[in-house]
Amino acid sequence: MAMEFLKKFFGSAGSKKVAKERLQIVLIHDRADISPEMLENLRRDMISVITRYMDIDTSKIEMDFDRADRSVAFVANIPVIRIKRGVAPEKQEPGTSNGGEKAYSKRKSGQPG
Amino acid sequence: MDPRVIVVTSGKGGVGKTTTTSNISVALARAGHKVVAVDADIGLRNLDVMMGLENRVVYNFIDVLEGTCRLNQALVRDKRVDNLFLLPAAQTRTKESVNSGQMEELCDMLRKEFDFIILDSPAGIEGGFRNAAVGADEALVITTPEVPAVRDADRIIGLLESMGKGPIRLVINRLKPRLVKEGEMLDVRDVLDILAIDLIGIVPEDESVVKSANRGEPLTFSDSAPAAQAFQRIASRLVGEDVPFPVLNDENGRGILAGIRKLFGMKG
Repeated sequence: MAMEFLKKFFGSAGSKKVAKERLQIVLIHDRADISPEMLENLRRDMISVITRYMDIDTSKIEMDFDRADRSVAFVANIPVIRIKRGVAPEKQEPGTSNGGEKAYSKRKSGQPG
Repeated sequence: MDPRVIVVTSGKGGVGKTTTTSNISVALARAGHKVVAVDADIGLRNLDVMMGLENRVVYNFIDVLEGTCRLNQALVRDKRVDNLFLLPAAQTRTKESVNSGQMEELCDMLRKEFDFIILDSPAGIEGGFRNAAVGADEALVITTPEVPAVRDADRIIGLLESMGKGPIRLVINRLKPRLVKEGEMLDVRDVLDILAIDLIGIVPEDESVVKSANRGEPLTFSDSAPAAQAFQRIASRLVGEDVPFPVLNDENGRGILAGIRKLFGMKG
C-alpha cells in the first residue's frame, strides 16, 4: 500500500507514462500531417533562403513541431554564426526602428545561394 | 426541444460504439424521450443484435431512401420501452450504396419524428464514417484508454471538427480502475490532456457488458451494473443534467479519483 502510494507520487514505473509519451509524439506528427520527405525539403529550402542573409550552423539546426491543444507550431532553432552585410535592404536608414513597412518587399536577386 | 442528431463514432473498431449507442438510446427512451437508434454501418450491421431486435428487422434505411418502403415500415419498435425505435442498416449492401446527400435527407426525415436520433457510425475514416456524420449536429467520440484507440480518436475529432460538428464529447470506455491505480493504464486526465475535448462519460470495464450483448438486452434496461450506471449518467448529461463523475472502484472496492482537474471544469 505504502509502495503504491509512493509510486503514484513519484511517478516511477508504470507503463501508462510510456503510453502517454508515445501518444504525444505520434500525435504531433499525425496532426502536423507532414511527411519526412516534405520536412527534409522544407529544411533544405529554409537553409537556402536563410543563408542568403546570414551564415548559420547547418549541423545544429533543430526543427520540431510544438503542440498546444489541437494546434501545432513549427519551431526552428537555427544557430547564427554571422550576419551578412551585403544583403541589407537598400532604403533602410539606421535609427528608424518604427518600421511599419519593413523592407522585405525589395526585389533583389543575384545573391548566390 | 429541437431534435438532436448525434453520431457515435471512434475511428478504431471494437471500442464500444454500438454498445454505447444501444445503451444511451435505451436510457434516453426510459427517461421519456422519443429516440431512434440508427445503424449507419451498412454491410456490417450489429446494432439490431446488440438491441435484441434482429428477428424483427424487415426493411432498412436504404429501402426507405430508395422508396421501397415508408419510414415507419422500416422502423423497428422496441417493445420493452416506449418511444424507442431502431432503424436498421442494410446487411447485403455496401457503404457506397448511399451518398451524403441521402444521409442528410434521412436525418431530416427522422428529425420530424424524434427527439433524439443516435447514429451508430462504422469504424474507419472513410465514406461510411462521413455518411454517418454528415447529417449529425453533434458527436460522441468513444475511446478506450489505450494508445491506438486514443490516436484514432484524435484523428476522428480532427475530421469532425473540419466537418463543423459540435459539441464533440468524449466517452472513455472500458477503463480498468485497478490498472489505472497501478499506473499501468492511461487515466482520464491523460486522455483528456491529449484529446482536449469535453468529457461526457467514463465507463468502467464490466463483464456484464458481454452478458448483455449475449442476451440482446442493453444494460440500461436494468440499473445495477457499473457500466449501466455509467451509460445512464451519459444519457443524463446529454440532456443537460449536471451529474458528478463518481469515484470508480476496482475489484477490491478501492476507489480511484477518475479525472480530478478537468472534470470540474466541464459543463453539461
